[in-house]
Amino acid sequence: MSTQDRPSGSPGDAAAGPPDRRDLAWYVDMGVRVLVFAGGISAIVFIFGIFVFIGKEGLGFLTGPFRPGEFFGSTAWRPTSDYPTYGILALMAGTASVTGLAMLLAVPFSLGAAIYIAEFARGRTRETLKVLVELLAAVPSVVWGFVGLTVVNPAIISVFDVPVGLGVLNSGIILGLMATPIMTTLAEDALKAVPDTYREAAEAMGASRLQVVVRVVLPAARNGLVAAVLLGVGRGFGETMAVLMASGHSINVPTSVFDSVRALTATIAAELGETADGSDHYRALFTIGILLFVVTFAINLTADLFLRGRGRR
Amino acid sequence: MVTGPAPPAPVPKVSARGLGVRFHGVPALSGVDLDVAPREILGIIGPAGSGKTSFLRAINRMDEFIPGMEIEGSLSLDGRDVRRFRNLYALRRRVGVVFPLPVGLPLSVYDNVALSPRLSGVRGKDELDGIVEKCLRRAALWDEVRDRLDTLGSLLSGGQQQRLTIARALSQSPDLLLLDEFSIAVDPVTTMRIEDVLRELREEVTIILVTNLVQQARRVADRTAFFLTGEMVEVGPTEALFEGGARDPRTTDYIEGRFG
Repeated sequence: MSTQDRPSGSPGDAAAGPPDRRDLAWYVDMGVRVLVFAGGISAIVFIFGIFVFIGKEGLGFLTGPFRPGEFFGSTAWRPTSDYPTYGILALMAGTASVTGLAMLLAVPFSLGAAIYIAEFARGRTRETLKVLVELLAAVPSVVWGFVGLTVVNPAIISVFDVPVGLGVLNSGIILGLMATPIMTTLAEDALKAVPDTYREAAEAMGASRLQVVVRVVLPAARNGLVAAVLLGVGRGFGETMAVLMASGHSINVPTSVFDSVRALTATIAAELGETADGSDHYRALFTIGILLFVVTFAINLTADLFLRGRGRR
Repeated sequence: MVTGPAPPAPVPKVSARGLGVRFHGVPALSGVDLDVAPREILGIIGPAGSGKTSFLRAINRMDEFIPGMEIEGSLSLDGRDVRRFRNLYALRRRVGVVFPLPVGLPLSVYDNVALSPRLSGVRGKDELDGIVEKCLRRAALWDEVRDRLDTLGSLLSGGQQQRLTIARALSQSPDLLLLDEFSIAVDPVTTMRIEDVLRELREEVTIILVTNLVQQARRVADRTAFFLTGEMVEVGPTEALFEGGARDPRTTDYIEGRFG
C-alpha cells in the first residue's frame, strides 16, 4: 500500500491550508484501505495456513507407511487391524460414483431451472423462484442427510423392492438436490451476463424464444455455465454429512446404484474422532484431506479459468 | 398536422393511422398518420425523445420484448395489421432491423450472417455460402472479411460490425429494412459507404431510416418525416423540405439547426 500517489492530500501538509472535514475523510479513507487490504490478504493467509496444517499432519504418513500402489490401488481400508492397510480405492470409487450420479441428476435440472428463470420467467414468478432457489441453498447438509434417511430411504425400498435404500442412489439424489440450487444460481448469473442486445438482435431477426436461447444465449454464456457445473461438482465432492448419512457408509466398490458406499469425506468425519493423535491412522486421514484439498482446488481453479475466459470471447 | 402527398402505389408498404406508443402509460408517440410506399427510402428526423425509435419498434412489434410498451391506433404492413400477425416471428423475419449500436453476436462472421437462414431451415452448405457472400457483398463488407469468416463477429471494428449487422438484417431477405441511427458508432467514411449501399438496396427493399443527422436524410431519403416530442410534424419529399418548402416553421428551424 502506498500513499505516495496522493501526497498533497495528507493533513498537516503546509499547502493544505486550515483543517476541514476533508481531513477526517482522509483518515477514514486510509483506515478503510487498511481494513480492506487485511480482509483481502486474510483469504490468502487462511488458505495457505490450512494447506500447511493438513500438509504437516499428513506428511508423517506420506514419509512413513505410505505406499502409493496400496494407497491408490487397494480397496482394503483397514487402519485399525493388527496389520493395517491403507487402500482408498473403494473410498475414491464411493465419492466418484455418488458425485457422478449427483451431477447426472443435478446438471439437467439446474440448467433447465436457470434457463427458465433467466430467459422465460417474468416479473413476480421470476423473483419468487430466485428467492426460493437461494433459500434451498441455505438448507444445512445434516437436514439433507435426514431427508435421505427418512424420506428417500423408504421410497427407494418400496419403489425398487430392495432390502436397504441407503447407497449410491440415495446419496446421489440427496447430493444432486444439494448441488442444484448453487448450480442454478451460478448458471442464471452466467445467462444474465449475456447482454440483452444479443437477445433483441436475434429476436428482431425472427428467432423464436427457444432459438434465441439455443443459438445465441447458451453459446455466449458457455464459459459461465461450465464454471457453474464445475463449482457444483466441487460442492458435491466436498460434501460430508449428507453423504455419510445417506450412503450406508460401508467400504465397497459399487457395482449397482443400490450398493452401499463410503466417501472420502465421510471417512475422515467418522474416524478422526476415534484415532489417537499422531498415529498412522490419524495421519492417513489427513493424507486423504490433502487429496481432497488438491482435487477441490483443481476443480475451482478450472472453474475460475473458465469464468475469466468469459470476458475474452 | 400536415400529411404528405399520397404515395403512388395502391397498397402502401407501411401504413399508420392514429398510431401511438406508450411506455408504462406514458405516451412516447401519438396520432401518427403516415404511409410508406414500396421501395422508397423514408427518412425520419427529429431530436432525441421525439418518438422516432418508438415508431420503428411498433412496426417490428418489439412491444412483445419490452415490458410496459403498448401500441394504439392502427399500423399495417402490406395492408395487414401488424397486431393481427399471430406468428410474430414471421412478421419479424420480413422486417430487418439495424440498431444504433452494432450488435455483433458472439458467433463467427459467417455464423452471424447464416443465423437467420439457418433458423428458417436452410441447411445446404452451398446455399448458405451463397447467401453469406451475397449479403456481405451487399453490405460492402465482403472484401474486408472474405479471408476471416471464422473470426468472431464481435472482434470486428465498430464500422465493420455495423455493416455485419446490415448483412445479417439482409440475410433474412426482408422486404422492409429499419435502420435506427445506424451511424452513431460509425466513422464518416463508412457512413458514406453504407449510405451508398442503402441507395442500391432501394431497388429491392423498402427502407425506413431514422437518423439524427439531418444531412443524412437529405442525402439518402426520398421523403422525410419530422418528428417532435411524440408527434409527426410533417412529412414531404426530401428535396422540397430542404429547399425551404416545409409547411411548418418548426421543421425549417430544425433542419437549419436553429433548435434541437
